[in-house]
Amino acid sequence: MTMLSSPEKLECARKDIVSRIDPTKPCISVCAGAGCLASGAAEVIAAFKTELEFHGLTTEVNTKGTGCPGFCERGPIVMIYPEEICYLRVKPEDVAEIVSHTIKEKKLVDRLLYVDPATGEKATRESDIPFYKNQQRNILSENLRIDSKSIDDYLAIGGYSALSKALFQMSPEEVMGEVKKSNLRGRGGGGFPAWRKWEESRNAPDPIKYVIVNADEGDPGAFMDRALIEGNPHSILEGLIIGAYAVGAHEGFIYVRQEYPLAVININLAIRQAGERGLLGKNILGSGFDFTVKVHMGAGAFVCGESSALMTALEGRAGEPRPKYIHTAVKGVWDHPSVLNNVETWANVTQIISKGADWFTQFGTKGSTGTKIFSLVGKITNTGLVEVPMGVTLRDIIEKVGGGIPGGKQFKAVQTGGPSGGCIPEAQLDLPVDFDELTKAGSMMGSGGMIVMDEDTCMVDIARYFLDFLKDESCGKCTPCREGIRQMLKVLTNITTGKGKEGDVELLEELAESTGAALCALGKSAPNPVLSTIRYFREEYEAHIRQKKCPALSCKELIAFHIDPDKCKACGTCFRQCPAEAIDGGKKRIHVIDQEKCTKCGTCFDVCPPRFGAVRKISGEPVPAPIPEEQRAMA
Amino acid sequence: MSEIHLQIDGKEVVASEGMTILDAAKTVGIAIPTLCHHEKLEPYGGCRICTVEVEVRGWPKLVAGCIYPVEKDLVVRTRSEKVDKIRKVLLEEMLAHAPDAEELQALAKEYGADRDRFEKEPSFCIHCGLCVRYCAEIKKKHAVGFVDRGSNREISFIPEIASKECWDCKECFPLCPTSALQAAYVLAESLIPQPDAEVSSCSCSCSCSGKSGTGE
Ligand SMILES: Cc1cc2nc3c(=O)[nH]c(=O)nc-3n(C[C@H](O)[C@H](O)[C@H](O)COP(=O)(O)O)c2cc1C
Ligand code: SF4
Ligand code: SF4
Ligand code: SF4
Ligand code: SF4
Ligand code: FES
Ligand code: FES
Repeated sequence: MTMLSSPEKLECARKDIVSRIDPTKPCISVCAGAGCLASGAAEVIAAFKTELEFHGLTTEVNTKGTGCPGFCERGPIVMIYPEEICYLRVKPEDVAEIVSHTIKEKKLVDRLLYVDPATGEKATRESDIPFYKNQQRNILSENLRIDSKSIDDYLAIGGYSALSKALFQMSPEEVMGEVKKSNLRGRGGGGFPAWRKWEESRNAPDPIKYVIVNADEGDPGAFMDRALIEGNPHSILEGLIIGAYAVGAHEGFIYVRQEYPLAVININLAIRQAGERGLLGKNILGSGFDFTVKVHMGAGAFVCGESSALMTALEGRAGEPRPKYIHTAVKGVWDHPSVLNNVETWANVTQIISKGADWFTQFGTKGSTGTKIFSLVGKITNTGLVEVPMGVTLRDIIEKVGGGIPGGKQFKAVQTGGPSGGCIPEAQLDLPVDFDELTKAGSMMGSGGMIVMDEDTCMVDIARYFLDFLKDESCGKCTPCREGIRQMLKVLTNITTGKGKEGDVELLEELAESTGAALCALGKSAPNPVLSTIRYFREEYEAHIRQKKCPALSCKELIAFHIDPDKCKACGTCFRQCPAEAIDGGKKRIHVIDQEKCTKCGTCFDVCPPRFGAVRKISGEPVPAPIPEEQRAMA
Repeated sequence: MSEIHLQIDGKEVVASEGMTILDAAKTVGIAIPTLCHHEKLEPYGGCRICTVEVEVRGWPKLVAGCIYPVEKDLVVRTRSEKVDKIRKVLLEEMLAHAPDAEELQALAKEYGADRDRFEKEPSFCIHCGLCVRYCAEIKKKHAVGFVDRGSNREISFIPEIASKECWDCKECFPLCPTSALQAAYVLAESLIPQPDAEVSSCSCSCSCSGKSGTGE
């Protein structure tokens, strides 16, 4: 391994790597992200290796495992270059056909292509798939172009040229200036301008400073940081080194969630590779700048991602938020100035230095520049990672990228910002996705979680669900958060189980106000799911409380199932499938549900043939009395 | 030390650098309630009863008076409507745990808090952390600590340490605002081997020197 002791040597090495790449040579890239590995990507890769060997094609065709392009739900994903053919949900059994058809005969395997559910049209290339077509994948697209474990691949696409540029063509002040001009705001939660923290830290007199990557990613269902750090670890590392140079830090930490083993492996590998090439350690690229970095595995809760808790954990103490009226940028880890940024923030730094602030600000809005990666999940046709320019509307994300709500259901709300974000209703869907706009609407950008809900979702129950999550994730140190969540959860549980009282909504509002006194942002933002649902769906709260009715027909304690005697055709389907044996039926007899025995599992409702549609789900009204035995016989 | 001018409840206050809002308020006779604050212990900021409203660049903000450092031209309100409302709720939440605690009752009177607003909780502890921090920071014994998190967080004596240390110390007991810590210890005591039991040797033949399993 040659040390790259100058920018010229870096460029030489790059040229050498690129010259060995034949762009016309077929390449099979299989996504080796955690999602695809879970659905069998490793077996697919192995099958390709065997199959190519069988055909004697090992030297003529490259194979590689890439990072996650975000469409994990349709994984394992296979891309064939140079044609850029995209196959979805590939199984080891499909491999022989792909090699014989696509690689050898240049024909498509039709059944593995994307099919547009609306038009039935097939898409051959990734860029033709609407899910991708409507994105702006400045960061995520790199994941696809490289083998996550290969520094050569990263160098081939221009890797570490931003670092070289920063170290040799820019002063630390100029790097800072470029980041300031880009107006890059933190992608991990608060949307705090990155340059402010950097500047504060740089100006702090203490000569020992730290730069830190926050890869704790505790939001349930969110995995953008995992995809980046697993898929393109060098880009994060490069951003971090650039940041260190700008603020004058010589040591850094990468705080990765223990639950992300592949991310830990890939980032450690990247650190080793960068060290061996002289891109990390003493005298980086011969510039005289030294920087080392350690990976710290976080075994903690959601709250460990909070900056002061994370820094306490780095010091080896229990990861618990501590009062910080002096910014951690001035007094952080071991009281030294510490700049903490999110994974995606650091990935953006690399691009800003490489392509310039002007390039960066052409995406997004004035106050929220660049792109943002969201984790789109819930009741939506296409789930996955979505990178869009800031300022696009929620409607575009949900309809164009997400492909709308499946099953002909109505959209109801989208929850943004992770567990302590808020729910945004249909009427606000044209809201541009922007840090400040989301906050104004009672939600937040957070780290980019986006959960879509349809008409079957009860908004009171959703608020209850998130508070139930936060109840266990709060550290429990301060009263407003620990006790406030406890009490709000009790009220919400009462409402969803039919025990709600007049005044409960006001009580929730009062409790929510008191969490404003919480120590950290978890407590302060914990009532968002409650307040936003009260704001936009107050009538649902009132229906639960006053009429004991769940308008979404979702809260079990408030619903009942009833078979309409006029519609039941005695087909017996529900009778046979009821797990509680709660249905009284028989040949040519109108079926009747025994309300005492019914567990409200909903099976009968789902299985009653649509042409009969005899089973009704009701709420807020008395269950009609069962028709008398003697009237049950059918003509 | 440089002088810092600020305003608390309309009064002009001259404080010195390093003071908290709580300290500065005291100099002009304004009392801010505290529960988890202790002069000898590290800043903690757990109970939030000392919450006050400050105005930073025109923006109102809620901060913990026992920690927030004085700043030039800071405007502090220790008894705004919002602050009083929050303190009332916090007290009611704590009273669900420790309805008979005298300190809480006195504050409840001041803020109109209803002792029975919330359903009573089985745990008496209001999580001020005084016992835990006193033992860790002053006695350096770590005989009592918090376990679990969120709503499940509770104090717990560490039997191995408590059996050696607490018997002759008990210094944290009077710190507890709920005066129930002692009871908790007594309860735990049944599980904690007593110190004199330690010297009596264990009947086993290994080299454990009789330190374990001899509490009975
Ligand atoms: C409860 C809680 C959890 C958080 N979890 C994360 C996390 O997992 N990842 C993250 O980057 N930031 C998280 N944050 C935000 C961090 O405190 C911090 O603001 C962020 O890492 C700063 O980086 P940024 O400015 O680049 O966003 C969390 C904040 C809170 C209050
Ligand atoms: S707000 Fe919640 S998570 Fe934050 S310190 Fe207080 S109890 Fe812990
Ligand atoms: S809801 Fe479930 S338990 Fe009740 S009658 Fe239908 S199938 Fe049986
Ligand atoms: S009595 Fe026990 S827990 Fe309390 S301070 Fe003393 S050693 Fe610590
Ligand atoms: S036991 Fe008493 S002193 Fe210890 S944390 Fe609980 S309330 Fe505070
Ligand atoms: S892990 Fe393969 S697409 Fe996400
Ligand atoms: S006294 Fe200030 S937070 Fe408890």
